[in-house]
Amino acid sequence: MTPAPGVWTITRRSLAKDLRLEWRSKDAINSMLFFALLVVVIFSFGFDPTAEESRRIAGGLLWVAILFATVVALNQTWTRELRNQALDAYRLSPAPPQALFLSKTLGNFLFVAILELLMAPLFVVFYNLRPVGPLWQLLVVAVLSTWALVVNGTFFAALSIRTRSREIMLPLILFPISIPALLAMVDATTSILTGESSPAFWIRLLAVYDLVFTTVCLVLFESVLNAE
Amino acid sequence: MHDYPLNAAAPTSIAVSVRDVVRHFGRFAALRGITADFAAGKLYVLLGENGAGKSTLLRIIAGLLAPTRGMVSVLGTSNIREVAPRFGYMGHAPLLYDEMSAMENLEYFAALYGVTSRERCAEAIRTVGLDPGLDRRVGQYSQGMRQRISLARAIVHSPELLFLDEPFSNVDLRSARQMTGLLAGMRDHGTTVFVVTHQAALMEPVADECVVLDAGRMVAREKGIPARLLTPYPAQEHADAEARR
Amino acid sequence: MKLLFRLLVACTVLLLAYGFCQAIFIAPREATMGDVQRIFYYHVPSAWVAFLCFFVNFLASCWYLMRRGSNADALALASAEVGIAFCSIVLITGPIWARPVWGIWWTWDARLTTTLVLWLIYVSYLVLRHYATGGQVPVLAAALGIFGFVDVPIVYMAIRWFRTQHPQPVIGGGEGSGLDHRMAVALLWNLAAFTMLALVYLIVRYRQALKAREIEEAHAQAALDLEEAR
Repeated sequence: MTPAPGVWTITRRSLAKDLRLEWRSKDAINSMLFFALLVVVIFSFGFDPTAEESRRIAGGLLWVAILFATVVALNQTWTRELRNQALDAYRLSPAPPQALFLSKTLGNFLFVAILELLMAPLFVVFYNLRPVGPLWQLLVVAVLSTWALVVNGTFFAALSIRTRSREIMLPLILFPISIPALLAMVDATTSILTGESSPAFWIRLLAVYDLVFTTVCLVLFESVLNAE
Repeated sequence: MHDYPLNAAAPTSIAVSVRDVVRHFGRFAALRGITADFAAGKLYVLLGENGAGKSTLLRIIAGLLAPTRGMVSVLGTSNIREVAPRFGYMGHAPLLYDEMSAMENLEYFAALYGVTSRERCAEAIRTVGLDPGLDRRVGQYSQGMRQRISLARAIVHSPELLFLDEPFSNVDLRSARQMTGLLAGMRDHGTTVFVVTHQAALMEPVADECVVLDAGRMVAREKGIPARLLTPYPAQEHADAEARR
Repeated sequence: MKLLFRLLVACTVLLLAYGFCQAIFIAPREATMGDVQRIFYYHVPSAWVAFLCFFVNFLASCWYLMRRGSNADALALASAEVGIAFCSIVLITGPIWARPVWGIWWTWDARLTTTLVLWLIYVSYLVLRHYATGGQVPVLAAALGIFGFVDVPIVYMAIRWFRTQHPQPVIGGGEGSGLDHRMAVALLWNLAAFTMLALVYLIVRYRQALKAREIEEAHAQAALDLEEAR
């Protein structure tokens, strides 16, 4: 009898499978990239990029735009597993549920990172942004913030697929809980862009948020996966 | 209703044991108290009309669904996840990824059980009568081929216990007969097999026992499949299906 | 049991009445804000009670996930609803206080904003309960309840830091400001009264949730028996 497979092995395998499936169908990525572009352009029309104030709010705008794009992307995460009830096959196997969660979260992280790589440069171009603070700090903020959105988003997407209005459920339950992280990512980005204050506290807050909620997600995922 | 006594020999020769299992979905009672023991090494067929509770019972035994009341024990334990590597399940849906080939699907699902040998995956595909080298995406398979790959997925980790839920739905006669032969062969090698179907005639040649469910209750349990329970296999429907292929 | 509950209700009414006297008549008039400040004696206890209810929700959610007893789920539902009710009182009394005193309807001060976020989180909890289907509702809700409560300290820290960066008028006179002795007494009486009131509501709603579940199970059992008789 082969021993139960380890968490990292299964995470790698599931992630590889998801990437392969996504590459072959290109379901989500094409529409998401276009959606991200649209969001950036519309925000530019809504908030005049040439005004002096816009430089101050650009940080906030960028993250709100990314938030909306992320929510649309996250909804698709579990759809593929439900399509032929492939999720049942995973549940029946001895593979640990945490591995499934980690693989989905990592996949979403990559996905949202790609969206950010498209949207951030566009924002810089449209709003003529020049960060005053160090760039590496921006990178740290971006990584921590993306993880914050994606870890809870993946978990709540798993919750919301079991509800009657699954598309609207995800933002409804994700947004309130993400408020502190949103505050942190917006303010940290703004303080780096304007150079007016230190983002140190916000970075620490994001790190705490990520740690706490990744733990909670890993602990609770098994119950949610098997709820029926 | 026949009441088979608990096997007086070693307890592990009882593969599945079900006690007073009740399952509600809201106000609908899908199962109204099922009690039975199933010895190892036999091929059981669960029969009954749509909505009788066959699939629900199978899902509960496989651990996908929890009973509202009652107890289930599989391979000697009521912690079904513990024995997950020892049984396989084939659902009504294919439980496969459409955009991957048969081998890719098998390799992924085998890895979930800790089986990393490509040869075993290829072997499983060959066992169900298909070509492992076929690169076509599973989504483009015919229903018969897809059901067979689903079966291959269920057996790739060499389980001692096999649960199949409507394996022959929309499957052409040739594939169905081939799968039936395969199941009988597995039973002969000691695997315990449960098949849920409402096409009794197909399973008649190979069934050891049949269990009939009606409105959530077990109403009959007999050796083999007696003539009165045989529903005529819709020969005309499948002659048409064959002609279309 | 019934007698005990009636006693509890009677005590609560008495406490509320006394608290009212304390707040409106006995406590002194505040120097700068005047009589409007008396909302304080309803604003703060409501916040305290709401937080207590959400803590009960957290405990009930954890208990449910560990033991899967349906009583825990009923308590989680009851505490969430009662908590939201008191939370709403905080959010309504806040602007009523702020407007005459500072001329603005809403100040983004740390405590009021945290209350707003709490309100949003637990309303989303109720929304999830409403839209989820079937037997999985308690599990999903319990998960969200745990998330929500764990978030609360993080929310508070985040907003407080934000406020120190971007200061705004603070309702209730800042963190360290002292309280006149008689005001503190009035506050404590009302705190006790509101806690009792919340307890009464909680018991009533909890019993109601349990009864609803009993009715569901009775229906299912009746369907079973009907088949039995046939």
